[in-house]
Amino acid sequence: MAMPSPRRRPSRTVLVLLLLACFTIITLDVRGGEDSPVDPVRAAVGEVFGPVESGTAAVVRPFRAVPEFFHTTGGLRNDVARLEAENATLRGQLATTDVARNRAAELDGLLSSSRQTGYALVPARVVAMGPAQSFSRTVTIDAGTSSGVHPDMTVLNNDGLVGRVIRAGRGTATVLLVVDQESVVGGRLGSNMEVGFLRGRGDLGGDARLDLDLVDTSATPGKGDVLVTWGSKHGAPYVAGVPIGTVQAIYSSPRQLSKRAVIQPFVDFSSLDLVGVVVDRSAASDRAVIRAGRLDSAKAGTR
Amino acid sequence: MAAVRALVTALVLVLAVALQAVVFSYFSIGGVVPNLALLVVVAAALVRGPEFAAVLGFLGGLAIDLAPPADHVAGRWALALVVVGYLAGRVRHDAGSSAVAAVVTVAASSFVGTSVFALSGMLLDDPSVPAAEALRVIPLAVLYDVLLTPFVLPVLMRLFRRLRPHRMAY
Repeated sequence: MAMPSPRRRPSRTVLVLLLLACFTIITLDVRGGEDSPVDPVRAAVGEVFGPVESGTAAVVRPFRAVPEFFHTTGGLRNDVARLEAENATLRGQLATTDVARNRAAELDGLLSSSRQTGYALVPARVVAMGPAQSFSRTVTIDAGTSSGVHPDMTVLNNDGLVGRVIRAGRGTATVLLVVDQESVVGGRLGSNMEVGFLRGRGDLGGDARLDLDLVDTSATPGKGDVLVTWGSKHGAPYVAGVPIGTVQAIYSSPRQLSKRAVIQPFVDFSSLDLVGVVVDRSAASDRAVIRAGRLDSAKAGTR
Repeated sequence: MAAVRALVTALVLVLAVALQAVVFSYFSIGGVVPNLALLVVVAAALVRGPEFAAVLGFLGGLAIDLAPPADHVAGRWALALVVVGYLAGRVRHDAGSSAVAAVVTVAASSFVGTSVFALSGMLLDDPSVPAAEALRVIPLAVLYDVLLTPFVLPVLMRLFRRLRPHRMAY
C-alpha cells in the first residue's frame, strides 16, 4: 500500500444485493418454522463442516491432553477406563437417588428400574462449542446418524444430564445444552416426587444455574434436594431418571403462582468432553454401544 | 488462477469458522471466543475494499450460521458480517496505513458485528437475547478480537495481498 489508490465511491449495488440476500434467508428460516427450506442447506453444510470440526478436534486433542500423558501412557486404555467409570458412576447415581428408592417403595420398582438402568449409550466426544456471541448454548459431538444418533435423544455424561440432540448429520450431531435459554426440561424432585419445569439461564461456567418452576404451588423443595429428569413418552426428548442437579436456593413471591428454585447442575458445561447419547437398546451403531449387561444383574441382586 | 484464489479464500474462511468453534472453545473467556471469521473479513476489507469484503462477509457469516453447532436463524451472522465488511472497507484508506488504526478498525468492526447479531436476535426473538447478557458479551468479544489482532491480522492481510489479482496491484 505504498501509493494511495484513486478514491472512488464503492458501488452500493453489491451491498444492497447482499443485504437483500441476508433478509431473504432470515425470512425464509423464520417463516419456515419447523420445516424451514434452510434446513436441507444446513444439513449439507453440516456434512461438510462436521468432518472438518472432527478432524480439527482430533488434531488439537493430543496437545490438549499433553498433561494427561504424564500420568498415564496408554491413551486407549485411558478411554476404556473412563467409559467404564462413566457407566459405573451413572448406574450408581441412578440407583442411589431418592427417586429410585421412592419408586421401589411404590411397587413399580421392577418396571422402572429396568427402564432406568436399561439405557444403552453411544459414547461421543464434544468436538466444537458454540460461541457466547451467538447467544445459544450448543455443542457438536462426533457421533451422528451412522452411530445411531438421531434428533430428540437424551445426552448425558458421568455427572448427569447434558442436553438433547437437536440435529444429526452422518458423522456429527448438534446438542442443545440444558443451560440454554430455550431449553425446557421436565424435572422431578427426589425427596417428594414433585414435578416441575426447568429452564436454563444461558450461563456456561461454574456459575451455571437452572430455574425450576414447580407445578404444585404448595410443594416446597428443600435445599440440597436432588432433581432428576421426569421423562417423556418413548424417552424423547428426555429419558426418565437422569440426575440433573441439586436445589441451591428457593424463592417464592405472593404474586407468582409457583415457587421458583435455583438448581445447580451436576455437569460442568464449560469442560464437556466425553458424553453418552441414550439410544434404543436394539439400535444399530457403527461404534461400541454401552449396554446394560452384567451391571444390571449385579444391581438386581443388591436391591 | 482465479479458481486457485477463490479456493484459497474459501479454505481460509472454512478454517476460521472451524477453528473458532473447535480450538478457541478451550480458551474462551466466559464462553466468548475470538471471531476469526470477522478478522478475515476485516483483513479483506483493509486490503481489497468494501465490495470484496462484503461478499466475503456474506459467505463467512453464512458458514457460521449453517455449520454445526449453530442453532440460530440462518442469515443473522451473514447480515452482521456484510455490514462489517462494507464499513471496514469504507475506512480502509485511513486504517490500512498504521497499526493503531487497524486495531481501532477491528475493535469497531467487532462491536458493530456482535451488536448487529445481538440486535437481530432481539428483533426476531431467536433466541431471546437479554440486554444484560448482550452488554456482558459484546465488550468481551471486542476485547478478545483486539487481543488476537496483532497475531492474526498481519498474516491475513499479507495473504490477501498475495491473492490480489495483479492488474489491481498498486
